[in-house]
Amino acid sequence: MTCSEFLKELTDYLDNSMDDRTKAELEEHLTWCHNCYVVCNTTKRTIEIYRGSELYELPEDLRGKLQAAIIDKCKCSKPENPGK
Amino acid sequence: MEAIESKVGEPASDETVLVDAARAGDVSAFEKLVRRYDRNVFRIAQHITQNREDAEDVVQDAFLKAYQNLGQFQGQSKFYTWLVRITVNEALMRLRRRRPERMVSIDEDVKTEEDSMPREIADWSPNPEQLYNQAELKEILGKTIQGLPPSFRTVFVLRDVEGLSTEETADALDLSVPAVKSRLLRARLQLRERLNKYFKRRD
Repeated sequence: MTCSEFLKELTDYLDNSMDDRTKAELEEHLTWCHNCYVVCNTTKRTIEIYRGSELYELPEDLRGKLQAAIIDKCKCSKPENPGK
Repeated sequence: MEAIESKVGEPASDETVLVDAARAGDVSAFEKLVRRYDRNVFRIAQHITQNREDAEDVVQDAFLKAYQNLGQFQGQSKFYTWLVRITVNEALMRLRRRRPERMVSIDEDVKTEEDSMPREIADWSPNPEQLYNQAELKEILGKTIQGLPPSFRTVFVLRDVEGLSTEETADALDLSVPAVKSRLLRARLQLRERLNKYFKRRD
């Protein structure tokens, strides 16, 4: 397996959505290719850091205001085609 | 190396009941759905629009639109995936209004595969996020994701931040599964590349 072949499979590998045979081939590549190991590891960390970052969390005071505004608007409006 | 775990679990079992009640005009049932998903909707809106005011407007418009159109929600997908689809459309519309000079489309396919090929290969510090305080880290992450094309950061936020499956992301964005995977790979690699300068090991 070449490095660019490895890279093409990286997303499926990180998401664990591949068959055991392909996974074994990728892991074999990782045992000797330091560059792909680093890219794989830092890409995984990128995802974990964003997921754990609480970037763009909704502050509680704003949350309350938005909920009230949404519900007010809904009360003045009716669902179209109510009932299936 | 272990795979990344999904963040969003299965919807609560009362969801169908709440959706049915809201569809019949029960606003308090809809309010429960708002409370369940408003944080997610805000996060998605802010990631796409990169503007706080727009994100606030998107949250209101997306929920109102969902309420008004519940009759068209057929229950083939999860309520949340349907809500995400509405949110993304509203957010892209806001983005287009703010940047009329540039076409913003989810179908936008930027450059070639070359743009995502790793250029700098450097190992990171063991806990790179601890090199900065919380405010600095948020600024770095915000600035970094802002630099991605809207179509890439939309896929990244749905798939990797919100934890939708590849199929759900494809469904919410009207894209094919291979298109989602291609954008996701490029988004992940571009973010990684841009974060190198902040997180690489300094020995």
